[in-house]
Amino acid sequence: MSLLLSIILIIGAAFTTIAAIGLIRFPDFYTRMHAATKAGAFGGIIILLLCAFYFASLKVAIIVFVNIIFFYFTAPVAAHMIARSAYINRVKQWKGSKADELKGNITLKHHHDD
Amino acid sequence: MEELYIYPWAITTAYMLLISALAIATWRLIYGPSLFDRVVAMDLISAVVMCIASVFAIETRNSVFLEISVAIAIVTFLGTIAFARYLEDEEAE
Repeated sequence: MSLLLSIILIIGAAFTTIAAIGLIRFPDFYTRMHAATKAGAFGGIIILLLCAFYFASLKVAIIVFVNIIFFYFTAPVAAHMIARSAYINRVKQWKGSKADELKGNITLKHHHDD
Repeated sequence: MEELYIYPWAITTAYMLLISALAIATWRLIYGPSLFDRVVAMDLISAVVMCIASVFAIETRNSVFLEISVAIAIVTFLGTIAFARYLEDEEAE
């Protein structure tokens, strides 16, 4: 049981590290945002649930529940708003991107060469 | 029921992984081409700091550090949302 908890802790930390590696290895802003928000939130949730199992008390379970609500439900919202703001500000996509579904459906900012 | 126990080598490995994640995200924060890359790097840095607080709570068997994690999550979410809205509405023509 102790070995299982230790391995789960290392897996949760490894997911967060994989998110950071994706933050430097991907070529584009949008792919980097995708990797960082998704994998980072998942690694954090694994470590928080491990805390809930490790302390095994109702108080810690309630704290972990509130933490999961505020972290796992708001991280995708923040990522979506940052990506939309970047698209409006004309951040370039990678040359190998296949799709641009938002083209023509949103008003971009004008260039003002600064 | 036996007392749950997490080995110290696992805690040390988790600290090493999370500190390397902090270093990589800080590199992106410094050298990011655009402002938005830096915002995403700050978001990931806050997530890594939350994980470090959780591992520290496990290490010291003190559940107070999980409430730090809640506060960091709320403040980071509000900061990211405010940053996105500000950069959308910056039209000063």
